[in-house]
Amino acid sequence: MAFRLKLVPEKTNIDFFRWQWLTFGASVVAVVLSLLSVAVIGLNFGVDFKGGTTIRAESTQNNDIALYREALEGLGLGEVSITDVFDPSFRADQHVKMLRVAPQEGYEAVTPEVITQIETALQTVDPSVTFPSVESVGPKVSSELIMKALLAVFAGSAGIWIYVWLRFEWQFAVGCVAALIHDVVVTVGVFSIFQLKFDLTIVAALLTILGYSVNDTVVIFDRLRENLAKYKQMPLRDLMNLTTNETLSRTIMTATTTALALTALLIFGGDVIRGFVFAMLFGVIIGTYSTLYVAKNIVLMLGVDRGDKPKKERERGEHEFANIDA
Amino acid sequence: MSDTPLWKSLLVWAVVALGIVFAAPNLFYNRVEMHNDAVAAIDAAGGAATAEQEADRGLWPDWLPSRIVPLGLDLRGGAHLLAEVQVADVYAQRIDGMWPDVRDALRDVRDQVGNVRRMPAPDGVLRVAISNPAGLEVALEKVRALATPVTTLTGMGSSDIEVRAEGGEIVVQLSEAERVASDQRTVQQSLEIIRRRVDEVGTREPTIQRQGTDRILIQVPGIGSAAELKSLIGTTAKLTFHPVVRVTQDAGTQVGAREALMPEMDRTDLFYVVEKTPVVSGDELTNAQPSFDQNGKPAVEFQFDATGARKFGDYTANNIGKPFAIVLDGQVISAPVIQSHIPGGRGIITGSFSVEESTELAVLLRAGALPAEMTFLEERTIGPELGADSIRAGQNAALVATAFVALYMIASYGLFGVFAVLALAANIAMIFAILSVIGATLTLPGIAGIVLTMGMAVDANVLIYERIREELRAGRSPGAAIDEGFGKALSAIVDSQLTGLLTAVIMFFVGTGPVRGFAVTTGIGILTSMFTAVYVTRAIVNIYLGWRRPKTIIV
Repeated sequence: MAFRLKLVPEKTNIDFFRWQWLTFGASVVAVVLSLLSVAVIGLNFGVDFKGGTTIRAESTQNNDIALYREALEGLGLGEVSITDVFDPSFRADQHVKMLRVAPQEGYEAVTPEVITQIETALQTVDPSVTFPSVESVGPKVSSELIMKALLAVFAGSAGIWIYVWLRFEWQFAVGCVAALIHDVVVTVGVFSIFQLKFDLTIVAALLTILGYSVNDTVVIFDRLRENLAKYKQMPLRDLMNLTTNETLSRTIMTATTTALALTALLIFGGDVIRGFVFAMLFGVIIGTYSTLYVAKNIVLMLGVDRGDKPKKERERGEHEFANIDA
Repeated sequence: MSDTPLWKSLLVWAVVALGIVFAAPNLFYNRVEMHNDAVAAIDAAGGAATAEQEADRGLWPDWLPSRIVPLGLDLRGGAHLLAEVQVADVYAQRIDGMWPDVRDALRDVRDQVGNVRRMPAPDGVLRVAISNPAGLEVALEKVRALATPVTTLTGMGSSDIEVRAEGGEIVVQLSEAERVASDQRTVQQSLEIIRRRVDEVGTREPTIQRQGTDRILIQVPGIGSAAELKSLIGTTAKLTFHPVVRVTQDAGTQVGAREALMPEMDRTDLFYVVEKTPVVSGDELTNAQPSFDQNGKPAVEFQFDATGARKFGDYTANNIGKPFAIVLDGQVISAPVIQSHIPGGRGIITGSFSVEESTELAVLLRAGALPAEMTFLEERTIGPELGADSIRAGQNAALVATAFVALYMIASYGLFGVFAVLALAANIAMIFAILSVIGATLTLPGIAGIVLTMGMAVDANVLIYERIREELRAGRSPGAAIDEGFGKALSAIVDSQLTGLLTAVIMFFVGTGPVRGFAVTTGIGILTSMFTAVYVTRAIVNIYLGWRRPKTIIV
């Protein structure tokens, strides 16, 4: 027998509904907490959504943030945030800071004069400072980008809903979309709680999470449909457990390869896309979880029309003596 | 396996081979780029090549595919601008321009309408009062006769102006259909002018696109900063030629209604009072180039088009001995005295230029003036060093990710894992081949999309292999198990990948910039991975089965 790495034993018999109240309950709590966090703490919007300017300042000296802050004082810029950026790939004398300047009062468009002022002020205190990236977004565009982003996530979910509905039954579609909403909301919640920068790329990550999560769920549903035809008498709950156990090896395999690839990106991909990659990695993990513990629960709650069994019986299908007292 | 027809296997291998051939130039990115630049330069020069260009051209064989994936701004460095064209500016200009026509039309029926006076009105509205209210109907009719039909498909049948009476006065405005048509023209014209100005500088692969009704997206790789790009496209360079009324040294001189006071460009103590309406304007130029005047000083030569040449010729013939102001953006460059009739529409602008200034002025004049102001809604600058860092980071991440996924697949599926990794390699080659052929721009999120695809592409292999394992456990022979595995997994593969494709398509249409780059690579990656995971893996497995004829297989 050749060596095979197996994260999942050949034959598993896990009851995915055993701790239903705990797993499903945890998901509900996570969704509620995420929504609360977004409502109360809010999101740390990047310039894409909030408008304003970000400037990446690189220096050969490890300057203190206070030095920059002092240099910019008196320019009347309003709110300025300065953060340190670290990356393992930086050279020893590469010190990077990100400056965020709020949109200037009363300007629809971007004011290059302000950017020049900032650059000059910083170069006065440290002549080695360079500005490898400067991004400015006016408030007009940023509010449109928010709408576009919302629309994208919405259209994505709706498209998936319709697709799953056409391919499967409506209960599956509801389960699938509930799992998607769970994944997206909790990911957004994490960005809110840890105040990670939320910009356009994060929206792309959310859409990818949608795609990934539904991919995972659909594979299980596909097998479930096959098994529904195969085992006509088996209670739905057992059937779902059987299906999930059959596909578990694949679910874990795919999650692992995807997570491996994303981990490589997270470590080596540079600081510019770290937030984006983090969102996707988190989404893959939570997407896998929701596939196993959220989507099916919803379908189980809604029941599935199995055609050849009377409706009443189906509702009590998980009961051991369902066939007798019908 | 015997049941796969030969032609099908050959087709699969042919597609893979094509993918590798078209992806290959990307491995020699710098070489191929220099080759392509040299070829373009030689073409532009009409076939004449310098020794250096020949050497560059020789870096890559002409007969091999030479398309490479264009790199996005975030990888190459450059500037990005989103401009909004103030289309309403044009309404005001158009309506102002109508006043002389309206006045002349009403002058013809003076006995019925009486005196005609222009009243103050907001921009884009012409308000005319007549002294004889009884003539209002006649006046309206006369003004309406000035309307011309709108020349667009959608505005067919409507006229360009709207004329109505309001409180005994005549109000003229552009009609709705004409505004739409005018916006269309204004943005199109701005787009053309920006393109010409950017092309004049000769950077590689600029993107100049219209977005929505009145916006223009400009991305220029390799330019130092967004500010530089703005000064390049934002300079209006409106050249006009005005009759000079008188010359003065008093900046506070009062001027008449149709006159304007303009300063001499390089002096603070000399002003010209000129007629406001130009005789000819830069719009009517067909060419301008730097040259030298008879004293060897830098100058700019220009050439008018037919209408411009006629106006210029007529004016010079009738005004010999009078000064004539050459005005650039409201400043007088020079005001030579007309020596003789100038036919043919050729002329030369002299002034105190340096060679650089005369060259730049010629460029700006050739490109023409922007029809309307632009405001900038978004500007981004990415330095080339940051782009280079990003490429390096992306490459490292991709290599490590490939190694991770490959090791994991081989550890999990042994020989079949190796097959999956080969299919994955074919997949990456095909992604690059398609990106190169369609010329889709690769961005940093795009690289992330490719890395993500590597992780997710093996999903189809996993689905198939898990299925084969199950079939083997159920006691089937290797051949049957493999057939069943590929067959039964297909519906799950298609279902799951289609949803991924759906989100990619939505991202592409709704998204901008980085989101689009990501959508393109994941979308293409999904399509190619379905092909490689199913067909290429199958073809490899078939070769293995045909060659070793194993009695048992371990997946």
